[in-house]
Amino acid sequence: MVQNLFYFFSFLAVLSAIMVIISKNPIHSVLYLILTFFTLSGHYILLNAQFISIVNLIVYAGAIMVLFLFTIMFLNLKDDEFVGSRIWYNLSSVFIVLVLAGLLVSKFAFAPVTVADEASRDSQIGMVENLGQTLFSRFLVPFELVSVLFLSAMVGAVMLGRREKGEKNF
Amino acid sequence: MNQIPEIFRVVPVNNFIVLATVLFCIGILGVLTRKNAIIIFMSVELMLNSVNLLFVTFSSYKSDPAGQVFVFFIMAIAAAEVAVGLAIIVMIYRRIQTTDVSLLNNMKG
Repeated sequence: MVQNLFYFFSFLAVLSAIMVIISKNPIHSVLYLILTFFTLSGHYILLNAQFISIVNLIVYAGAIMVLFLFTIMFLNLKDDEFVGSRIWYNLSSVFIVLVLAGLLVSKFAFAPVTVADEASRDSQIGMVENLGQTLFSRFLVPFELVSVLFLSAMVGAVMLGRREKGEKNF
Repeated sequence: MNQIPEIFRVVPVNNFIVLATVLFCIGILGVLTRKNAIIIFMSVELMLNSVNLLFVTFSSYKSDPAGQVFVFFIMAIAAAEVAVGLAIIVMIYRRIQTTDVSLLNNMKG
Protein backbone atom coordinates (compact mmCIF):
# COMPACT_ATOMS: atom_id res chain seq x y z
CA MET A 1 0.00 0.00 0.00
CA VAL A 2 2.66 2.52 1.07
CA GLN A 3 4.89 1.25 -1.69
CA ASN A 4 2.18 1.77 -4.30
CA LEU A 5 1.52 5.27 -3.00
CA PHE A 6 5.23 6.06 -3.24
CA TYR A 7 5.43 4.91 -6.85
CA PHE A 8 2.20 6.71 -7.74
CA PHE A 9 3.43 10.01 -6.28
CA SER A 10 6.86 9.58 -7.87
CA PHE A 11 5.37 8.90 -11.28
CA LEU A 12 3.07 11.90 -11.00
CA ALA A 13 5.92 14.14 -9.78
CA VAL A 14 8.25 13.24 -12.64
CA LEU A 15 5.45 13.48 -15.22
CA SER A 16 4.29 16.91 -14.06
CA ALA A 17 7.90 18.13 -13.75
CA ILE A 18 8.46 17.17 -17.39
CA MET A 19 5.22 18.93 -18.33
CA VAL A 20 6.48 22.08 -16.56
CA ILE A 21 9.42 22.38 -18.93
CA ILE A 22 7.71 21.28 -22.15
CA SER A 23 4.36 23.08 -22.04
CA LYS A 24 4.25 26.12 -24.29
CA ASN A 25 1.86 28.23 -22.24
CA PRO A 26 3.52 29.61 -19.07
CA ILE A 27 0.23 29.37 -17.14
CA HIS A 28 0.10 25.63 -17.81
CA SER A 29 3.68 25.40 -16.56
CA VAL A 30 2.69 27.06 -13.29
CA LEU A 31 -0.28 24.72 -12.84
CA TYR A 32 1.90 21.64 -13.48
CA LEU A 33 4.47 22.98 -11.01
CA ILE A 34 1.69 23.27 -8.41
CA LEU A 35 0.80 19.62 -9.15
CA THR A 36 4.46 18.71 -8.59
CA PHE A 37 4.40 20.46 -5.23
CA PHE A 38 1.24 18.58 -4.24
CA THR A 39 2.89 15.25 -5.03
CA LEU A 40 5.97 16.27 -3.04
CA SER A 41 3.69 17.09 -0.12
CA GLY A 42 2.29 13.58 -0.47
CA HIS A 43 5.84 12.27 -0.21
CA TYR A 44 6.40 14.31 2.93
CA ILE A 45 3.29 12.85 4.52
CA LEU A 46 4.50 9.35 3.63
CA LEU A 47 7.81 10.24 5.27
CA ASN A 48 6.05 11.23 8.51
CA ALA A 49 6.92 14.94 8.07
CA GLN A 50 3.40 16.31 8.39
CA PHE A 51 4.27 19.86 9.30
CA ILE A 52 6.73 20.30 6.40
CA SER A 53 4.05 18.93 4.11
CA ILE A 54 1.49 21.53 5.14
CA VAL A 55 4.07 24.33 5.06
CA ASN A 56 5.08 23.20 1.58
CA LEU A 57 1.48 23.49 0.43
CA ILE A 58 0.89 26.87 2.05
CA VAL A 59 4.19 28.54 1.20
CA TYR A 60 5.04 27.00 -2.18
CA ALA A 61 1.75 26.05 -3.78
CA GLY A 62 -0.09 28.86 -2.04
CA ALA A 63 2.12 31.93 -1.91
CA ILE A 64 5.04 31.54 -4.32
CA MET A 65 3.05 30.03 -7.16
CA VAL A 66 0.33 32.67 -6.86
CA LEU A 67 3.10 35.25 -7.22
CA PHE A 68 4.25 33.52 -10.41
CA LEU A 69 0.71 33.28 -11.75
CA PHE A 70 0.07 36.93 -10.95
CA THR A 71 3.24 38.02 -12.74
CA ILE A 72 2.47 35.95 -15.83
CA MET A 73 -1.06 37.32 -16.09
CA PHE A 74 0.22 40.82 -15.34
CA LEU A 75 2.80 40.72 -18.14
CA ASN A 76 0.43 39.16 -20.71
CA LEU A 77 3.13 36.85 -22.08
CA LYS A 78 2.93 35.22 -25.46
CA ASP A 79 3.84 31.57 -25.91
CA ASP A 80 7.49 31.08 -26.70
CA GLU A 81 8.73 28.39 -29.03
CA PHE A 82 10.39 25.33 -27.53
CA VAL A 83 12.61 24.18 -30.40
CA GLY A 84 13.12 26.11 -33.61
CA SER A 85 16.41 27.79 -34.39
CA ARG A 86 18.22 26.38 -31.38
CA ILE A 87 17.69 22.69 -32.13
CA TRP A 88 21.36 21.68 -31.86
CA TYR A 89 21.74 23.64 -28.66
CA ASN A 90 18.67 21.93 -27.19
CA LEU A 91 19.75 18.47 -28.34
CA SER A 92 23.19 18.91 -26.79
CA SER A 93 21.59 20.13 -23.53
CA VAL A 94 19.37 17.05 -23.43
CA PHE A 95 22.43 14.85 -24.06
CA ILE A 96 24.46 16.53 -21.32
CA VAL A 97 21.61 16.26 -18.81
CA LEU A 98 21.05 12.59 -19.71
CA VAL A 99 24.76 11.88 -19.11
CA LEU A 100 24.59 13.71 -15.77
CA ALA A 101 21.41 11.86 -14.74
CA GLY A 102 22.92 8.53 -15.75
CA LEU A 103 26.06 9.18 -13.74
CA LEU A 104 24.20 10.34 -10.64
CA VAL A 105 21.58 7.59 -10.73
CA SER A 106 24.12 4.83 -11.35
CA LYS A 107 26.12 6.12 -8.38
CA PHE A 108 23.23 6.72 -6.01
CA ALA A 109 20.81 3.91 -6.84
CA PHE A 110 22.84 1.28 -5.01
CA ALA A 111 24.80 3.48 -2.62
CA PRO A 112 24.95 2.05 0.90
CA VAL A 113 23.13 4.49 3.18
CA THR A 114 22.95 3.90 6.91
CA VAL A 115 19.54 4.68 8.39
CA ALA A 116 18.42 4.80 12.01
CA ASP A 117 17.40 1.42 13.39
CA GLU A 118 13.94 0.70 14.72
CA ALA A 119 14.83 1.17 18.38
CA SER A 120 16.30 4.66 18.10
CA ARG A 121 13.53 6.00 15.85
CA ASP A 122 11.23 8.76 17.08
CA SER A 123 7.81 8.97 15.41
CA GLN A 124 7.26 12.57 16.56
CA ILE A 125 10.19 14.02 14.57
CA GLY A 126 8.06 15.84 12.01
CA MET A 127 5.58 17.33 14.46
CA VAL A 128 5.43 21.07 15.05
CA GLU A 129 6.45 20.77 18.70
CA ASN A 130 9.66 18.92 18.00
CA LEU A 131 10.59 21.11 15.02
CA GLY A 132 9.92 24.28 17.00
CA GLN A 133 12.17 23.10 19.82
CA THR A 134 14.98 22.50 17.33
CA LEU A 135 14.37 25.73 15.42
CA PHE A 136 14.49 27.96 18.49
CA SER A 137 17.41 26.27 20.22
CA ARG A 138 19.98 24.94 17.76
CA PHE A 139 18.99 27.15 14.83
CA LEU A 140 18.17 30.41 16.57
CA VAL A 141 20.90 32.50 14.93
CA PRO A 142 20.06 31.38 11.34
CA PHE A 143 16.41 32.06 12.13
CA GLU A 144 17.19 35.66 13.05
CA LEU A 145 19.43 36.04 10.00
CA VAL A 146 16.58 34.88 7.76
CA SER A 147 14.43 37.72 9.10
CA VAL A 148 17.16 40.21 8.11
CA LEU A 149 17.30 38.57 4.68
CA PHE A 150 13.52 38.96 4.34
CA LEU A 151 13.75 42.64 5.19
CA SER A 152 16.44 43.25 2.59
CA ALA A 153 14.50 41.25 -0.02
CA MET A 154 11.38 43.29 0.70
CA VAL A 155 13.26 46.58 0.35
CA GLY A 156 14.96 45.32 -2.80
CA ALA A 157 11.68 44.24 -4.41
CA VAL A 158 10.06 47.59 -3.66
CA MET A 159 13.08 49.48 -5.02
CA LEU A 160 13.12 47.38 -8.20
CA GLY A 161 9.40 47.72 -8.80
CA ARG A 162 9.38 51.47 -8.41
CA ARG A 163 8.57 53.50 -11.51
CA GLU A 164 11.48 55.58 -12.67
CA LYS A 165 11.18 59.27 -13.31
CA GLY A 166 9.78 60.04 -16.76
CA GLU A 167 8.90 56.40 -17.49
CA LYS A 168 5.49 55.67 -18.91
CA ASN A 169 3.35 53.16 -17.11
CA PHE A 170 2.46 50.00 -18.93
CA MET B 1 -0.11 8.00 15.66
CA ASN B 2 2.86 6.96 17.75
CA GLN B 3 3.86 4.00 15.67
CA ILE B 4 6.74 4.08 13.24
CA PRO B 5 5.44 4.33 9.67
CA GLU B 6 5.79 1.36 7.40
CA ILE B 7 7.60 3.23 4.63
CA PHE B 8 11.01 2.97 6.28
CA ARG B 9 10.82 -0.81 5.95
CA VAL B 10 9.22 -1.22 2.55
CA VAL B 11 10.77 1.63 0.52
CA PRO B 12 14.58 1.85 0.53
CA VAL B 13 16.07 5.31 0.92
CA ASN B 14 17.79 4.97 -2.47
CA ASN B 15 14.42 5.24 -4.24
CA PHE B 16 13.94 8.71 -2.82
CA ILE B 17 17.48 9.68 -3.80
CA VAL B 18 16.86 8.56 -7.38
CA LEU B 19 13.55 10.47 -7.50
CA ALA B 20 15.22 13.65 -6.23
CA THR B 21 18.04 13.22 -8.77
CA VAL B 22 15.58 12.84 -11.63
CA LEU B 23 13.63 15.94 -10.55
CA PHE B 24 16.87 17.91 -10.22
CA CYS B 25 17.97 16.88 -13.72
CA ILE B 26 14.60 17.90 -15.16
CA GLY B 27 15.12 21.29 -13.52
CA ILE B 28 18.58 21.62 -15.10
CA LEU B 29 17.10 20.70 -18.47
CA GLY B 30 14.48 23.43 -18.07
CA VAL B 31 17.11 26.03 -17.24
CA LEU B 32 19.22 25.02 -20.25
CA THR B 33 16.54 24.74 -22.91
CA ARG B 34 13.85 27.32 -22.18
CA LYS B 35 14.15 30.97 -23.20
CA ASN B 36 11.33 32.46 -21.16
CA ALA B 37 12.81 33.91 -17.96
CA ILE B 38 9.78 32.92 -15.88
CA ILE B 39 9.99 29.26 -16.95
CA ILE B 40 13.72 29.27 -16.14
CA PHE B 41 12.82 30.59 -12.73
CA MET B 42 10.25 27.84 -12.22
CA SER B 43 12.87 25.24 -13.15
CA VAL B 44 15.08 26.66 -10.41
CA GLU B 45 12.17 26.21 -8.00
CA LEU B 46 11.89 22.60 -9.15
CA MET B 47 15.58 22.04 -8.36
CA LEU B 48 15.14 23.63 -4.92
CA ASN B 49 12.21 21.33 -4.24
CA SER B 50 14.11 18.21 -5.22
CA VAL B 51 16.79 19.18 -2.70
CA ASN B 52 14.05 19.75 -0.11
CA LEU B 53 12.78 16.24 -0.76
CA LEU B 54 16.27 14.87 -0.19
CA PHE B 55 16.61 16.80 3.08
CA VAL B 56 13.26 15.54 4.39
CA THR B 57 14.09 11.99 3.31
CA PHE B 58 17.36 11.85 5.18
CA SER B 59 15.85 13.66 8.15
CA SER B 60 13.10 11.05 8.42
CA TYR B 61 15.23 8.00 7.71
CA LYS B 62 17.91 9.09 10.17
CA SER B 63 15.36 10.36 12.70
CA ASP B 64 16.98 13.78 13.04
CA PRO B 65 14.89 17.00 12.96
CA ALA B 66 17.76 19.22 11.75
CA GLY B 67 17.11 18.38 8.09
CA GLN B 68 13.48 19.41 8.32
CA VAL B 69 14.41 22.69 10.00
CA PHE B 70 16.84 23.31 7.16
CA VAL B 71 13.95 22.89 4.70
CA PHE B 72 12.27 25.83 6.41
CA PHE B 73 15.27 28.00 5.72
CA ILE B 74 15.36 26.90 2.10
CA MET B 75 11.67 27.79 1.74
CA ALA B 76 12.22 31.21 3.33
CA ILE B 77 15.18 31.96 1.07
CA ALA B 78 13.20 30.73 -1.96
CA ALA B 79 10.38 33.13 -1.08
CA ALA B 80 12.79 36.07 -0.82
CA GLU B 81 14.48 35.03 -4.06
CA VAL B 82 11.16 34.83 -5.91
CA ALA B 83 10.11 38.28 -4.71
CA VAL B 84 13.33 39.90 -5.94
CA GLY B 85 13.56 37.81 -9.12
CA LEU B 86 10.03 38.51 -10.25
CA ALA B 87 10.59 42.23 -9.61
CA ILE B 88 13.65 42.04 -11.90
CA ILE B 89 11.63 40.21 -14.56
CA VAL B 90 8.90 42.84 -14.42
CA MET B 91 11.56 45.54 -14.82
CA ILE B 92 13.06 43.75 -17.83
CA TYR B 93 9.58 43.48 -19.34
CA ARG B 94 9.02 47.22 -18.93
CA ARG B 95 12.24 47.93 -20.79
CA ILE B 96 12.12 45.49 -23.72
CA GLN B 97 8.46 44.27 -23.69
CA THR B 98 9.44 40.59 -23.49
CA THR B 99 10.97 38.13 -21.03
CA ASP B 100 13.00 36.21 -23.62
CA VAL B 101 16.48 35.83 -22.16
CA SER B 102 18.10 35.45 -25.60
CA LEU B 103 17.21 39.10 -26.29
CA LEU B 104 19.12 40.30 -23.24
CA ASN B 105 22.38 40.85 -25.12
CA ASN B 106 23.24 44.39 -24.10
CA MET B 107 26.38 43.27 -22.30
CA LYS B 108 27.54 41.11 -25.25
CA GLY B 109 28.09 38.15 -22.96
